[in-house]
Amino acid sequence: MHPVRFDHHPVGGILRFQRFLHSKPTAAPLMVLLLSLIAFAFIAGERFFTPFNISLIIQQVTVIGILGAAQTLIILSAGIDLSVAAIMVLSSVVMGRIGVVYGLPIEIALLAGFAAGSACGFLNGLLITRLRLPPFIATLGTWSVFFALNLWFSEAQTVRSADIDRLAPVLKFFGERVGIFGAQLTYGSFLMLGLFALLWYVLNWTAWGRRVYAVGDDKEAADLAGIRSDRMLLSIYTVAGLICALGGWVAIGRLGSVSPQSFYEGNLDAITAVVIGGCSLFGGRGSILGTLIGALIVGVFRSGLKIAGVDVLWQEFTVGALIIAAVAMDQWIRKVSA
Amino acid sequence: MSPPVLQAQGLVKRYGHVVAMDDCDFELGAGEILAVIGDNGAGKSTLIKALSGAVIPDAGEIRLDGRTVAFQSPIEARRAGIETVYQNLALLPALSIVDNMFLGREIRSPGFIGKWLRRLDREEMRKVARKNLTELGLLTIQDIDQAVETLSGGQRQGVAVVRAVAFGSKVVIMDEPTAALGVREGRRVLDLIRQVRDRGLPIVLISHNMPHVFEVADRIHVHRLGKRIATLDPTDVDMSDAVAIMTGAIEPPPQDKPAL
Repeated sequence: MHPVRFDHHPVGGILRFQRFLHSKPTAAPLMVLLLSLIAFAFIAGERFFTPFNISLIIQQVTVIGILGAAQTLIILSAGIDLSVAAIMVLSSVVMGRIGVVYGLPIEIALLAGFAAGSACGFLNGLLITRLRLPPFIATLGTWSVFFALNLWFSEAQTVRSADIDRLAPVLKFFGERVGIFGAQLTYGSFLMLGLFALLWYVLNWTAWGRRVYAVGDDKEAADLAGIRSDRMLLSIYTVAGLICALGGWVAIGRLGSVSPQSFYEGNLDAITAVVIGGCSLFGGRGSILGTLIGALIVGVFRSGLKIAGVDVLWQEFTVGALIIAAVAMDQWIRKVSA
Repeated sequence: MSPPVLQAQGLVKRYGHVVAMDDCDFELGAGEILAVIGDNGAGKSTLIKALSGAVIPDAGEIRLDGRTVAFQSPIEARRAGIETVYQNLALLPALSIVDNMFLGREIRSPGFIGKWLRRLDREEMRKVARKNLTELGLLTIQDIDQAVETLSGGQRQGVAVVRAVAFGSKVVIMDEPTAALGVREGRRVLDLIRQVRDRGLPIVLISHNMPHVFEVADRIHVHRLGKRIATLDPTDVDMSDAVAIMTGAIEPPPQDKPAL
């Protein structure tokens, strides 16, 4: 039996760099993060590069990081979820109302919150797989629906911090701080880091994780290869909803109270983190760790510009420019496959 | 013909008033390459989809190794040992060669980490993938962790064929495997098809490319108006006669219908 041979083509310098970025989706965001840290250490002076300030940045990105983790699963599957923040706030309202206002045991409050988040994600999944709605439209609708449900269930009332401390202090658990060498980290920050580690494992080392990529890469091909894509999508949106509920618990600790009006644009911040982190909006490409890096990049820019005394509007300007640069980069990197 | 591995009798499939399969018969013998040829719209793909589980026939019977089967989905056909290499290959470009080969039938680590942590046994999957690629002579694919999109068209076809061969225990169906390829890569895929046959796995080859069909096929199933109108021996007929029979320009030679 003689071997069948196919030709290889030689590869040039820029193309090799493009391929490197293509095969290592976290390389580009990681470089941006390191460069921006170095740059702000010079621009913003020594107040920026202290353990305290760095830990503050991590605290500030905790909630958006968790939402970004949920959003990453969905964007990897070639979808988008505009309702993540609404699911999160609804879940936190369910936890707060049941645990504090209705005074039920905390376990029931938390379970109800997680159930609410998962149910919202499941509903998104149903709309997308059964009614065949585009994810953008389905979740644009549910964003408003969940926000309205949240106002209805909360009666547009904030659950106050003092009441939580008195009746259900566990709800604020993830806001508690631990000091290490001048750094101030919350349990929520550790939870976020642990969540990213867990999702990294799931996406890279389990069949479910590989199928998330497969469905996002080419749904028809995945079906022909024997994956039940619709079932996969349903599970992805449900898991994302569950992660949003977890974010809701962390958000209570971060804010100190349960406010139905909080994080109204959290979905956009989460998408920003995912995109700057190098995930392709076309699905199937990217890394969960990129989202963590993307969230940190946004945090570093905001903090650095603030300490350097730059007006808030230029912070927004910079984040916008970062998004555009990241998507342009993705377009270029994806040309490798052409 | 050697004893049939896969056979079908009296298959019928209607879509409204359109009859895609009209009392269609089919036999694939052990260890042979059976080419299926037919004009566009003759109903080849409906027949192939019925055999691979993608279409459920309205009437008729399909037997695999003499046992009647009724596939409800491609997944069931795959479980029974019938693998299909689709024309679009059904590969995921962003995933690695290994991930593609094992998509939907991943191997998990033994013991606790496999059972409870659901961890994939990447080493084992790499080993099996490498073994299969090497056996079929796809030696030039060095890095089986590279993404499929970095491969050439012929290499991708090779990966899809190897995947089918690695898991197809009874039959491999190939839909236009050379259609998207250049001359040289097309030749190599034909070599690959022969190698698969030489390993004892029978192949159903759907192709429009008559030179390719006559080069590798042991028998040719001619499909016309939703049914088999002839089975030809490529050493008996020439290419232009086969095309004439296929298009209805000449009558097929008398057929001795094998008893089921």
